[in-house]
Amino acid sequence: MILNAPFLLFALVAVWATFMVVTRAVAIHALLYLVVALLALACIFDVLGAPFAAILEVIVYAGAIMVLFVFVVMMLNLGRPDRLRENTWITPRTWVGPGILAALLLAALADALAMAPPDGGPVVVIDTRQVGLALYGPYVLMVELASFLLLAGLVSAFRIGRHIRGEDAP
Amino acid sequence: MTPPPLVVIAGTLAVLLGLATMLTWAERRLLGLWQDRYGPNRVGPGGLFQAVADGIKILFKQDWIPPFADRPVFVLAPAIGMMTVLLAFGVIPVTALWSIAGDLNVGLLFVFATMGLGVYSVVLAGWASNSKYALLGGMRAAAQMISYEVFMGLSTMGVVMTAGSFSLRDIVQAQAGLWFVIPQCLGCAVFLLAGIAETHRLPFDLPEGENELGAGFHTEYSGMKFGMFFLSEYAGIVLVSALVTTLYLGGWQGPVLPPALWFAAKTGALVCLFILLRAALPRPRYDQLMALGWKVLLPLSLLNIVATGAVLLLRAPG
Repeated sequence: MILNAPFLLFALVAVWATFMVVTRAVAIHALLYLVVALLALACIFDVLGAPFAAILEVIVYAGAIMVLFVFVVMMLNLGRPDRLRENTWITPRTWVGPGILAALLLAALADALAMAPPDGGPVVVIDTRQVGLALYGPYVLMVELASFLLLAGLVSAFRIGRHIRGEDAP
Repeated sequence: MTPPPLVVIAGTLAVLLGLATMLTWAERRLLGLWQDRYGPNRVGPGGLFQAVADGIKILFKQDWIPPFADRPVFVLAPAIGMMTVLLAFGVIPVTALWSIAGDLNVGLLFVFATMGLGVYSVVLAGWASNSKYALLGGMRAAAQMISYEVFMGLSTMGVVMTAGSFSLRDIVQAQAGLWFVIPQCLGCAVFLLAGIAETHRLPFDLPEGENELGAGFHTEYSGMKFGMFFLSEYAGIVLVSALVTTLYLGGWQGPVLPPALWFAAKTGALVCLFILLRAALPRPRYDQLMALGWKVLLPLSLLNIVATGAVLLLRAPG
């Protein structure tokens, strides 16, 4: 049975934290709840027998990407006026579009769950070696495509950060 | 025989927190020795109880939160710092049997995950204080720690490739013949430098930078909240020293003496090295720090990975 106690606990935390992300008016508070949601997701991965994916979730998303988000929001210097304006944005009308999309996703999820075997199948622990072999075996094309994406990011960062002679002294 | 888990947890916590507290005294005495002065020598034999006196003083100070601060985040920040450092010790194998989490198969990655979360402590402290000095310190910390985490992770990959495992116990056992500090000397040097930057210790303590930023990210903190930052910094020093011991200096292995003593001696020597660096080196400029990271340490750690991989392939049977 996949719906055991730890899984349910982490799932509840994840859903609650995600709800708080959407409803917070202060950007940093929303980001902190997002970190909590990501940590809860990592715990779910671990419960499902994927410790390597769990730890990568923490290192990459919670530990690196979210820190950069917080870094950017810190630089924006948002104050009380922004908070009040943010509050005026969250009106019942703004919920309609996202609500419909989320309902579609939920329907798809329910459909997928209905097709799954009732016991959820046995939990198999997937270790680091298996993940590595899968990445450089059947999924090697995906890895290469991802590296293309990173290369594009690298080139644009290089272009933006290039030191132009005479413009400013180091 | 494996000791019961509760004994291991309680023992590790007691030793660690006691050590972090006593280090506040030991550091000042050692700095005094190297700078040809006494340091704190009045309370107790040789000033040994100075840490207790400091603790009492800091606990009785007014616990003040500035009215302009973001209260919940301001309180949360020091707790995150302490928590993440203590969590990382969960996977450090002091001896083959003495380790809280036992033999976690992603042990090394777990340490990096907790260190990555530790960044939040400094960054959030800087933001929640709502003061320009604290904010500048927090931004410096974010950029510095994110950058040096990259080299820290990459520099250990040589060790992981040689040992063939992320488990810290396996890594120690793979060093039975030869400590990794010899074949992986490049990785060890990069790891040590990155470790100093991760714990934002002198000479890389630019997030604090007291001659330009007041006290940097913890300018607005007082009382025991400041004490938490202080203690988590010392616990961080012990953590990085324990990691270097585990990854490069053969962990608990050594002749004659019991394993726990070897581990303690190696870690202690590295902690003293941390303090000596503080006494000996001036602080670089911030752009120098970032340039050193991206232009020197990153290529060096990549070179280390490529060379290690080549040697492993050449030696591989078949």
